[in-house]
Amino acid sequence: MGACARRIAVVPVGIQASSLRAARAGAAAWRMPSPHAPPSRLEPLVSRVKPPPFEYLAPRSLDEAVAALAEHGDEAKAMAGGQSLVPLLAFRLARPSVIVDLNGIGGLDGARLDGDTLELGALTRQRDVERLPGLRERCPMIVEAIEQVGHVAIRNRGTVGGSLAHADPAAEWTALALALDAELDLVGPGGARTVPATEFLISYFTTALEPGELLTGLRLNVPNGRSGSCFLELARRHGDFAIAGVGALVTLDGDGSVGDARVALIGVGERAVRVAAAEELLRGRRPTAELFAEAAAAVQAELDPNSDVHATADYRRHVAGVLVRRALATAVGRAGGGDRDGAA
Amino acid sequence: MIATAPREVVLRVNGVEHRGFAEPRVTLVDFLRDELGLTGTHVGCEHGVCGACTILLDGRTVRSCLMLAVQAEGHELRTVEGLAPAGEPLHPIQEAFSEKHGLQCGFCTPGFLMSVEELLRDDPDPSEETIRSRLSGNICRCTGYQNIVEAVRYAAELTREAAA
Amino acid sequence: MTTTASDTWVGQRLRRKEDARLVRGAGRFTPDIVVPGALHAAVLRSPFAHAEITSLDVAPALRVEGVVAAFTGADLAGRVGTFVEAAGKEITPQLQSLVDVEVKSCPLSPIAHGRTLWVGQPVAVVVARDRYAAEDGLEAIDADYEPLEAIPDPESALRDGAPVLHEELGDNVAARLAMASGDVDAAFAHAPHVLRERFTFGRSAGNAMETRSVQASWDEGRDELTVWITSPRPHLIRTNLSEMLGLPLERIRVIAPDIGGSFGTGLFGEDALIPYLAMTLRHPVRWTEDRQEALLGTRHCRDQVHDLELAYDDDGRILALRDSFLVDAGAYNLYAVTVSYNTAAHLRGQYAIDTFSIEGRNVVTTKAPVAPVRGAGRPEGVFALDRALDLIAAECGLDPADVRRRNLIPAEEMPRPMGMPYRDGAEMVYDSGDYPAQLEQALEAFGYDELRARQAEWRAAGRYVGVGISSYVEGSGFGPYEGAIVRLDQRGNLHVVTGAKPHGQGLETTLAQVCADEFGLPPERITVTSGDTSLLQFGVGTFASRSAVTAGSAVGIASQRLRDKVLAVAGELLEASPADLVIGDEGVASRDVADHSVTFAEIHSAAAPGPKSRLPAGLEPGLAVEYYFVPPTVTFASGTHVASVEVDPETGFVRVLRYLTVDDCGRMLNPTIVEGQIQGGVAHGIGTALFEGVLYDEDCQLLTGSYMDYLLPTSAEVPPIEVGHQEYLSDLNPFGIKGCGEGGAVSPPAAIANAVVDALRPLRINVNRVPLGPETLLDLIAQARALEGGERREEVVS
Repeated sequence: MGACARRIAVVPVGIQASSLRAARAGAAAWRMPSPHAPPSRLEPLVSRVKPPPFEYLAPRSLDEAVAALAEHGDEAKAMAGGQSLVPLLAFRLARPSVIVDLNGIGGLDGARLDGDTLELGALTRQRDVERLPGLRERCPMIVEAIEQVGHVAIRNRGTVGGSLAHADPAAEWTALALALDAELDLVGPGGARTVPATEFLISYFTTALEPGELLTGLRLNVPNGRSGSCFLELARRHGDFAIAGVGALVTLDGDGSVGDARVALIGVGERAVRVAAAEELLRGRRPTAELFAEAAAAVQAELDPNSDVHATADYRRHVAGVLVRRALATAVGRAGGGDRDGAA
Repeated sequence: MIATAPREVVLRVNGVEHRGFAEPRVTLVDFLRDELGLTGTHVGCEHGVCGACTILLDGRTVRSCLMLAVQAEGHELRTVEGLAPAGEPLHPIQEAFSEKHGLQCGFCTPGFLMSVEELLRDDPDPSEETIRSRLSGNICRCTGYQNIVEAVRYAAELTREAAA
Repeated sequence: MTTTASDTWVGQRLRRKEDARLVRGAGRFTPDIVVPGALHAAVLRSPFAHAEITSLDVAPALRVEGVVAAFTGADLAGRVGTFVEAAGKEITPQLQSLVDVEVKSCPLSPIAHGRTLWVGQPVAVVVARDRYAAEDGLEAIDADYEPLEAIPDPESALRDGAPVLHEELGDNVAARLAMASGDVDAAFAHAPHVLRERFTFGRSAGNAMETRSVQASWDEGRDELTVWITSPRPHLIRTNLSEMLGLPLERIRVIAPDIGGSFGTGLFGEDALIPYLAMTLRHPVRWTEDRQEALLGTRHCRDQVHDLELAYDDDGRILALRDSFLVDAGAYNLYAVTVSYNTAAHLRGQYAIDTFSIEGRNVVTTKAPVAPVRGAGRPEGVFALDRALDLIAAECGLDPADVRRRNLIPAEEMPRPMGMPYRDGAEMVYDSGDYPAQLEQALEAFGYDELRARQAEWRAAGRYVGVGISSYVEGSGFGPYEGAIVRLDQRGNLHVVTGAKPHGQGLETTLAQVCADEFGLPPERITVTSGDTSLLQFGVGTFASRSAVTAGSAVGIASQRLRDKVLAVAGELLEASPADLVIGDEGVASRDVADHSVTFAEIHSAAAPGPKSRLPAGLEPGLAVEYYFVPPTVTFASGTHVASVEVDPETGFVRVLRYLTVDDCGRMLNPTIVEGQIQGGVAHGIGTALFEGVLYDEDCQLLTGSYMDYLLPTSAEVPPIEVGHQEYLSDLNPFGIKGCGEGGAVSPPAAIANAVVDALRPLRINVNRVPLGPETLLDLIAQARALEGGERREEVVS
């Protein structure tokens, strides 16, 4: 199953390599075991699945939440759906002294499809977006992406904002945010600001959120006109973390050639990527299987994926290409194009 | 008072108010089981994958291992114990699981039952494909899922008959 | 093929009695049982595969709020013994005299002391008011380790200069066996063809949905220990505790309540550690394993490498077999040759191969100890042989079904001695069955020929669909015995106590069905209890597909004898011959004389001791019969599996389209339960074939430590499973029963691998390892394409 040289598992065995990185970013340094190192003081091994002690605050307003985060600084962590955070707490990978539970804050949820804009409050549950009337018809890529997020019970609780703020490189929302030019609203001790997705997503579990800032909502551009979209993901089992995932959105011109194209991927590096080279390549050309293959190659050339226990970098790169081809074909098909030339 | 210390937690479970004490860090499943004595909900993995801890919160399935007990205050919780009060006939879903041999050791079963309750509410006549896809978040090591699928279809039938 | 009469309870698809509580969430699993005041334990586990513990200071843990006590291996030394290798005792002198078997003993302490040998090995334990505080305590412990060289696999362990893990063993081979029959060398020398292939079967793990749990309470006034535990072998636990804690057997009561699956056995430090803590602290102590701990070391299994050679002729007939295999036993070989002997004994399966030489070695490595888990050595051997048969089919230009037809043992040769003893020392004889008919039944039910006919059409459309076959035999109903007490109460209800310990197999129902037939009252009048050593003096437990056979027979015979006694007492009261009496709902009545009857209450009273006793001469008071069934040897169940898969050659993903089995489990006590066992086994096998793997890095650090990395199959990965039956009654027990708990899990890796190879037949890939993940398959496809070059030979599969 390929080299896993970068993967360590002293504490704790398991979860994702990516989640381990998250914890290490803020947590105390772990020492790597090595036959050549002198006897070392190590944190005891897992297993632990009970969270360490913390104080719990449940603010009822955004201002209260921001104030609480400001007061406690590094010691505090905001909790939305908790579907990613609670396991990290349980494995003791995250050790905040204070949890600021955002779920009691009114007005931060809600999904609205208004013309060409999908407005989402940060605390909107994934399941509510998934079931938003008319969204699947309007932009199947969004619904198909959300359907890949764990299972219904996870989506009933997990939030859009939580997914974006956590910024797991395999999170479907990170690809959607890039593909659909999302604008994200942040609120912090210094006030409010809006940041495009391209600036918001920085690296593994790293976003533009400054200390004490909260994501409150986002707006995505939903295509209209002669467009089609598709989200395809490869995972060992339905609901597992993506080995690779592709969101493809294609708008066709009157003559059936590609007017606009968006190709965004997850699971292929330190964060989601939108491959401009592939999008450029597609524009103005007739959508054929050969074109999709070219776009796939362009995508592969840009990727620098990781290896882990499920897939090597090479495999990820390979399947990313396969998924790009397939997703483009389906997107084009949904846009009503690509007939004779074999858009299969 | 030390902020991490146990505090009173009041939960409404199966229509009944329960009071207990727990530190903020205690998960909902541990609170239900250890503090409230509702041991029908089981712990399988404590990281949200196996589904054994699935309960309903305000009518929707959640992983009770991925929630803190304190977060469940003010919500309506429903666990397997709420499907049929003691001494009362089985809920159609329970009836169906037994009739179709949809359980063997029974450990994963409460989680499945709650997931099925939500599934049938969303889709009263689910296809086999839908059932398998919707229930893929609950893991069973005993049955091979075959009879669970049969049980869900039978439960759908029983539910439709009862509604008719 | 015999059929079951429809007016018996046995054979009916009775709804399960255990469901009533389980569907309500009213089962009583070990963690549900709360002993008031119990403290909670948490175990510190080694972060290294192989290390000296240079210092271990638990004092800081005692300063953590809520922590009550902490113990290390040093505290237990001299106070708690080591695990007795019960399995070693199962090698009878008879077996020893017939087969070259060597088992070296290497005791395992409940907690490591001085050094650790696998990641996850217990190093210390903290006891606190709750599990949360106990884990806080774990974090406070100061532990220093000096890492030593890890031994990640048997090859490394056998290399010159490899560190010897256990002085007692002398080298790293903890057990070996060898058996042979016929002139193997000559057969290979003269054979027209020889196939040589290495097959690797990866490590996986049992993964019952309930993790292990132990709770113990010490009664100081009576010097009595009570232990609740998720073990399918409560009597063995009691024996082990007696020896390890120095307590007489009678002072220990082990209760195994409802158990959420087991899928195998195992010896675990906590089984003895928690009771020791309860005794030492004079306080009840409880511990539940979390899933991380389970993945670290509970019921790891498989992990074998086979170098298989088959001599065969132009027609694909096998002339001789040579197999040399290694079992990666992990750090301690706790199960002697249980698994490896199973592998050797079941390797030849349903095929007529009488010239053979098999040798196997259990090698210790710095990984968690393996245990016998569902299939227990059979899947590994079946994978090797069934893959090899398909390779031979390809070489000979034959359909895999035809190669099997040419090699299966014909029905007329049954019962068939197989030229070696079984693990119990008795001669291994396939007692009944018809393997060729089983194959035909499976192929026909599957529509094998139709699928073959359509394959070319699918390939032309770019779909890669394939079909694979595998078959197995399973020695079931292993001894040494199992027991039951059947008792009639004054209201005419029956109470059965058994030493079997079901954990999903429905024995509370099936044993009631047996009792109902043999005694003469319906199952709703019968309660079956298990898992309490205080209720039955001797017991073995539920594993190895043995309980339907052994407990079923014990219950059946005990029920017959109780019936005889009840009729004798009734006969005394009615002044009638027992032969003229019938048992009914209210009591016992004369068959011929009207209104001539006695109630159960009257019979019960007559059977009581004292002045009102009205017992026939020679009968003791009481209406209970205790009986232990000792099977002469195992009885052979068998099955044939057919699977179809579709392969996505761009991603390497495999989807199992259909799965069908035909199984001979002898007399089926309850066909629905039998089918459920097989379906569950097949799902387990699909997991083993495609998804599950316990993976380590080169330092033997576990990589698959959560359910995001260790992948169990879900309802989306498992197809509908069609189960067909044959019913060749066993004559090794009075009821014709054969075991069926494991068979389903034995053949899927082979059937699926064969199907994948078949799906990609034009590419001529070879799958010789399990699990078969998508990337591995993609690599095989890529290699095959590279080799292809310009020469393509169209496979003609007739």
